[in-house]
Amino acid sequence: MNIAVVIRQVPDLIEPLEIDASGTSLDMDEVSFLVNETDDHALEQALLLKESSGGSVTVVALDFGEVDDTLYAAAAKGADRIVKVAYDEDRPPSPRQSAAMLAEAVKQLGAELVLVGVYAHDELEGVMAPLLALELEMPYVGVIRGAKAGEPGSVTAFKEFPGAVMAQMNVKLPAVLGILAADQPPRYVPVSRIRNAMKSTEFEEQEVAAAAIAPAVKLQRMYHPEVGERAEMLTGSEDEVAARIAEILLEKGVIK
Amino acid sequence: MATVERDPGTEFISQVLDGEPALGCMQCGMCAASCPLGAAMEYPPRQLILQARSGNLDKIMDSPSLWMCVACYTCSDRCPRGIQLADDLWPALRDKAMQEGIQPPTELQDAFQNIFKYGNSLGESARKRLDWAKDLDVPLRDLSKEPSPVEILWLVCDYPSYYPRNQVVARDFARILTALGIRWGVLGNKERAIGDCDRLYGEEGLFEKLVEDNKKLFDKYQFEKLVMLDSHSYRALSHFYPRFGAEYPVEHHTTYLADRLEQLKPLLSKPIEAKVTYHDNCCIGRRAGIYDPPRQLLEAIPGIELVEMERNRDHALCCGGGGGGMWLDSHIVEHGGQRLSDQRVQQAAETGAEVLAVSCPFELSRFEDSAKVVGLEGKLQVRDIVELLAESMDLAEKEK
Amino acid sequence: MSAQDILVLAETNQDAVADITLELLGGARELAAATGGRVVAVLLGSQGAKFTGALGAADRILVVDDPQLADFSPEPYLAVLQSLVAAEGPRAVLIGSTTIGLDVAPALGAKLDAPVLGGCQSIAAEGDALKITCGLCGGKILADVEVKGSPAILMVLPGSFRPGEEPGAAQVETKPSPVALQPGAITFEQMILPEAGDVDITQQDVLVAIGRGIQQEDNVEAAEELAKALGGALAASRPIVDQGWLPTTRQVGKSGMIVKPKLYLALGISGAPEHQEGMSGSDLIIAVNTDPSAPIFDIADYGVEMDLMDLAEPLAEAINEKKG
Repeated sequence: MNIAVVIRQVPDLIEPLEIDASGTSLDMDEVSFLVNETDDHALEQALLLKESSGGSVTVVALDFGEVDDTLYAAAAKGADRIVKVAYDEDRPPSPRQSAAMLAEAVKQLGAELVLVGVYAHDELEGVMAPLLALELEMPYVGVIRGAKAGEPGSVTAFKEFPGAVMAQMNVKLPAVLGILAADQPPRYVPVSRIRNAMKSTEFEEQEVAAAAIAPAVKLQRMYHPEVGERAEMLTGSEDEVAARIAEILLEKGVIK
Repeated sequence: MATVERDPGTEFISQVLDGEPALGCMQCGMCAASCPLGAAMEYPPRQLILQARSGNLDKIMDSPSLWMCVACYTCSDRCPRGIQLADDLWPALRDKAMQEGIQPPTELQDAFQNIFKYGNSLGESARKRLDWAKDLDVPLRDLSKEPSPVEILWLVCDYPSYYPRNQVVARDFARILTALGIRWGVLGNKERAIGDCDRLYGEEGLFEKLVEDNKKLFDKYQFEKLVMLDSHSYRALSHFYPRFGAEYPVEHHTTYLADRLEQLKPLLSKPIEAKVTYHDNCCIGRRAGIYDPPRQLLEAIPGIELVEMERNRDHALCCGGGGGGMWLDSHIVEHGGQRLSDQRVQQAAETGAEVLAVSCPFELSRFEDSAKVVGLEGKLQVRDIVELLAESMDLAEKEK
Repeated sequence: MSAQDILVLAETNQDAVADITLELLGGARELAAATGGRVVAVLLGSQGAKFTGALGAADRILVVDDPQLADFSPEPYLAVLQSLVAAEGPRAVLIGSTTIGLDVAPALGAKLDAPVLGGCQSIAAEGDALKITCGLCGGKILADVEVKGSPAILMVLPGSFRPGEEPGAAQVETKPSPVALQPGAITFEQMILPEAGDVDITQQDVLVAIGRGIQQEDNVEAAEELAKALGGALAASRPIVDQGWLPTTRQVGKSGMIVKPKLYLALGISGAPEHQEGMSGSDLIIAVNTDPSAPIFDIADYGVEMDLMDLAEPLAEAINEKKG
């Protein structure tokens, strides 16, 4: 199976997020980027499918954030080709913009199956995954937790519903799947293999012609939520806090 | 003359252990017998060599016991042939396993990834590295902001920087250094993990990267020596960094302070009336032979009665936190081992001591947890030597 | 439909109208009051009549029944929705950020050349614009957005609105699909239910929920002890379930269970929107986390800035004492 995986960079939430002077964007000088978690799962799912059914995995990413780190890790994990799409802006693209650009690159790969993370936490105008499918003119189903090869020309994908219920979907290829989680967590690859990948991997650099797409909405202000009504914080030693909580629970009738 | 082709296992071992010593293993079993987790391992140290030499390298790499070594060095210490099992064989086997796609236990993966991405095993932002010093009542020289020559470049290390229980010790140490009139500096937010645990857990690539990054970092500054609270970092810097061409004068804080005992003694004004027993941590104990300086420091504190555990000095029982053990308790327990720190606190209590003194950051949380688990909470206090010194110098933190 | 109507994509879950739908209808009512339009609920399926009674908060209930819509599959669903919305021309379409919503909302916007916004928490109408506040980056960032152009396709997080109190005109119209439907390339095969026998966390009065802060699998035991002391059950956020430390039946959140226990004790959970979705309706929320800026403290009643492993045992003891 010829599989394409789309990987994005998102702001790292471990670091404090500052708003820039314009008040309408994160301060990009201060932001660290890392791989979008669901995209990482998409890569893992692709590698698992390749391991069980053969084929190849091509990773496609926009040149943004700390993408090289992610791409070398992908190479070290077993991706066969890495395509890096030129992108010059200092702010991440909108879902529609990235869908258009990435689709152009993905189209050239002749992939039967395209995996992409079902969402990324910095998406404002909806989510990219179904838009990518529209651009590729492929059917789409998302919120997928696990997939396996089916009969030739199809895969079975498991769509997650509330209450730990899964809908088993038959997907005729070519298709795009929006991955929530792979069958297993993204594999660990030792740093030495990543460093080897750094020495031996060639990225295929690609330009795309997709025109800039203006936002369909007007972002007026970006800000931190007010520390409004927050929890009543209980302080003191562990024993003091424990005693206070037990009291509260007794008062509220949770324990009797 | 026909040449004998060695099987891959034997070849691997002889490469890793630099030739002949490994092949001279006589299967005496000293290592397995003295390994604190040997009984629970599918392949204790002796078996690693046996299986490898018998062409069963795959079996070892697939085994969960590959991830049960806590780098206490007892095996290496006891081996009559001087085979560096803990230092070299275990990490190499793990590295090879990971190269071949075998997944280390998840908690360990997280620790590696955190170190790789954030420069500390706790996954905290590098920008918060100096939060421990937020309300510090002595002046702090952040060399990353204002470089200047110092006597000691104090590597605060991950746990003392980020972990609340250890941050207390960091502040006490800062106060002690200042009281001694030493010109000290820290690297502020530029400081990164030193990497001992990564190396011993087989992440050779990560360790190499850390050495490279740290060498570039240290070379920017002027200092007479590197001093640290963390024994694992001490081990890495004194023993492994030089292999990569990064050689610096380093000292563990216990020897550094013990050298200044004459200056310290008059400052130890407040007595601490307590029976104290000292736990010899593996990295400075068995590995570096530093047994007396910590004891000298404790004995200098008026009121302290120092008692010894039966297993002390080179016979001390490891706390189980080394070589990645901090993240491997679940894995070890799942496969029939136990938390060594649970045993160790009981050994401490048997001496009748009220205080278990330690000199390595992992031990504070490990022994405090264990004290709770085995029902010694309230009966056995765990204190770092630095805390005890600071208390006696009347410099200690005012709250708990 | 007038250009000021607010359309809500109604969903069902386990044979009842989904809670998110009732919330969206409440939000739509407020918005429609400002725009001067009506609230229209759209229900796609095969047994729509069963659910119309519960959609009484709407003014119009548009039911489209077709065998191709019996179980969700994206292509027929989207085709019907696209046709309906194009024909009806509402001001806005409110769609829950659900497993179905995530599949159809963005594509709906693309096909209709309509703006799409995700993470909508509050919506107001101001003249020809809609003013919307959206949550980003796990709830750490908010964005005030202005949307002109109809329809606006707005994806809403569960818990953003309250179900309305008043009934609407509740006029039901049942129609066949406006477009001929056939199976697409993606078809539904079967529902896979979780293994029976495990605890149903939606029925528990007390849940002790663990998140990444638990750090080691070994520590789960301490949380288990607490759950026992409280007579409740263990639950978890998605990362814990992904690791395999607890089964999926214990997962709370967008891609798990929605729970409303008497007590939700959140240990080491940061409280990102996907998780809050699953538990914000709990009666009493107590959160323990070492990060004082964790979003969970925004919805908790009581908070403790502490390592959960430091508190677990003393708390279990204190509870047992009070019970004794």
